[in-house]
Amino acid sequence: MSDIKIKDNAEQMINSTSDLHHADPHQGAEHHGAPKGYKRWLFSTNHKDIGSLYLWFSLTMFFIGGAMAMIIRAELFQPGLQLVEPNFFNQMTTSHGLIMVFGAVMPAFVGLANWMLPLMIGAPDMALPRMNNWSFWILPFAFSLLLLSLFTEGGGPNFGWTFYPPLSTKYSPDSTAMFVFSVHLMGISSIMGAINVIVTILNMRAPGMTMMKMPMFVWTWLITAFLLIAVMPVLAGAVTMILTDKYFGTSFFDAAGGGDPVLFQHIFWFFGHPEVYIMILPSFGIISAIIPTFARKQLFGYHSMVYATASIAILSFTVWAHHMFTVGLPLAAELFFMYCTMLISVPTGVKIFNWVSTLWRGSITFEVPMLFSLAFIVLFTIGGFSGLMLAITPADFQYHDTYFVVAHFHYVLVTGAVFSIMAAAYYWLPKWTGYMFNERLGKWHFWCSLISVNILFFPMHFLGLAGMPRRIPDYALQFADINKIVSIGGFMFGLSQLLFVAVVIMAVRGGQKAPAKPWEGAEGLEWTVPSPAPYHTFDTPPEVK
Amino acid sequence: MTAPKIKKHLRLLIFSAVGMFGFGFALVPLYDVFCDITGLNGKDYSRESSVPMTTVDESRTVKVEFVTYLNKQLPWQFKPEINSIELHPGERYQVSFMAVNQSDQDTFGRAVPSISPGYGAQYLVKTECFCFQEQMLAANEEATMPLIFYIDPNIPADISTLTLAYTLFKNEPNADLAMNQKK
Ligand code: HEM
Ligand SMILES: [Cu+2]
Repeated sequence: MSDIKIKDNAEQMINSTSDLHHADPHQGAEHHGAPKGYKRWLFSTNHKDIGSLYLWFSLTMFFIGGAMAMIIRAELFQPGLQLVEPNFFNQMTTSHGLIMVFGAVMPAFVGLANWMLPLMIGAPDMALPRMNNWSFWILPFAFSLLLLSLFTEGGGPNFGWTFYPPLSTKYSPDSTAMFVFSVHLMGISSIMGAINVIVTILNMRAPGMTMMKMPMFVWTWLITAFLLIAVMPVLAGAVTMILTDKYFGTSFFDAAGGGDPVLFQHIFWFFGHPEVYIMILPSFGIISAIIPTFARKQLFGYHSMVYATASIAILSFTVWAHHMFTVGLPLAAELFFMYCTMLISVPTGVKIFNWVSTLWRGSITFEVPMLFSLAFIVLFTIGGFSGLMLAITPADFQYHDTYFVVAHFHYVLVTGAVFSIMAAAYYWLPKWTGYMFNERLGKWHFWCSLISVNILFFPMHFLGLAGMPRRIPDYALQFADINKIVSIGGFMFGLSQLLFVAVVIMAVRGGQKAPAKPWEGAEGLEWTVPSPAPYHTFDTPPEVK
Repeated sequence: MTAPKIKKHLRLLIFSAVGMFGFGFALVPLYDVFCDITGLNGKDYSRESSVPMTTVDESRTVKVEFVTYLNKQLPWQFKPEINSIELHPGERYQVSFMAVNQSDQDTFGRAVPSISPGYGAQYLVKTECFCFQEQMLAANEEATMPLIFYIDPNIPADISTLTLAYTLFKNEPNADLAMNQKK
């Protein structure tokens, strides 16, 4: 990293990139700036447009999934059943999980990849722009299908985002086929996105941009993309087996027909655990970009970061059964998966160590992206610690399927993945819109989110330790007080996110003009192009020395 | 930048994705093979071996309990002739199970065994069992279904009781195709 010296000549870049009329035989008609109207978006093959589409889509899904969470928290505000039917409650927990995982977090990362990867490696676009268009436009169909299933007779999916049979086969609603098909579509979309990322990174780097000079975000995404290609097809296989078990009389998971429901859990978590790393590795890349910028120091231990990311990815295939400690695994397997799970926290710890070392004696300033990144480091670590507690097999026998698990994965996913996405949005908004965002409002958003998210998720640890089960619409009276606090935190967190929308919309509309490099300590090719980044960039590859 | 290389990578990656889709399905038989080799999961994978046991361990006995469950959809009665038996490891034993079809229709049934404790499953060796095949009973027919087994003398000393539970499920005549790969 340290020896990247970018030809920091923004002016020359402007000349070569924003001149929309210079002839380029390879690009032909597509090269005349942005087409107008809906066609610009529907037929877009431009990485920046597709990136924006992904990001807007993700934001929409974040609010739809969020609204479902509000329903869940409203029902759990008091013990007893008051607002919704238990079956509807189950549909809410299921759809909330599916939408947040596949609709909010993953598309946000793909959007960031689309926008930033070509800018970071000095490529004019993604390698497969047409496939890029497809992989985005599949998503609205996938999620419309999922959301529509909620309105069918019998309701939408109510078996949890992990869709264990026989809940998802024998006892599932008639709309399960819609669920299956929508997951197929999401899978196809992610796989195409991942293929595009890999092909782009391997083939489109500017001259001189060797692998070991790539920014961490590029590295983490490259590895994430390999994980996606390895496990999304397995998820597709799992839903297919659910489909045929339910509708076509096969018995993959049906003991009565000679199948085994535990087999499903193995297949699902073979996908599921790498999936959780798919949702966190790009975050690591984002944090590794932001911390050095605002600490005004090089990232500490770039090489160890790369190796740590790769080892996390490889190890993530050896830990899946930590989600299944209580199914009756033999002792040897319990021990194997316990030790492997603990082993994974070593490379994760290396990363935390590197970020903290980067901060050490840096001249730190606290702009909004930095605030979110610092919160990420602290709160993600809390999630890592609760993960370690869950990794202890005998302890997990108590914690499994309680709110302790819910607390764990919300710390790593909300204050981890989602906070990093927000940090990224604040960090690159000036590059995307050309305007600085409203710093005051951004800070309000940060502090409100930080406080409310902890009121929301921290007490869940205590609920879980005290034995409150997850995915249940009612609970015993002794849990009432803490649940009230949790729900209040939930509503506060939900409302705080409106501030984010306000900041984004205001920054799209106007504001103080952003320079090419709005952050003093920032490094990387993306800051050599003007803000907003012109429709076409790096038609002539930059030189990286 | 290099079009042929992009094509090559694209092909490779699509191929990998399709391969992983296949791998997901390959996990189904792999799982069975794995459990078979390791004797995990309390599944009963005993082979129909005809090799007679020569060593009988007279120094200890193991109690074998027989339990039967009926799936609600199957209008049968199904009971072992005895509830339990004490055996020396290595000693061969035959026990019969009585089944009656109480309905006016020919029905197919399939017994799915489960042995607990799970890690003892591999030591209960069946040489002949009605559970190896699908069973058909004509309307109101009665049948005696035999099971011949012995206990492997290598059975760990801490196992003093094995419970063999059969759950009898209703089978559609052709559903057995899916299950043949199991046994
Ligand atoms: C130090 C690292 C981590 C360890 C040791 C760890 C360990 C665990 C364990 C043992 C469970 C199963 C708990 C149970 O169901 O009883 C679990 C659940 C979960 N973890 Fe982690 N985890 C770690 C990091 C992460 C990260 C980085 C993410 C995602 C970004 C994540 C997401 C999840 C999710 C979503 C679940 C719950 C899945 C479900 O049942 O719905 N974990 N974790
Ligand atoms: Cu996991």
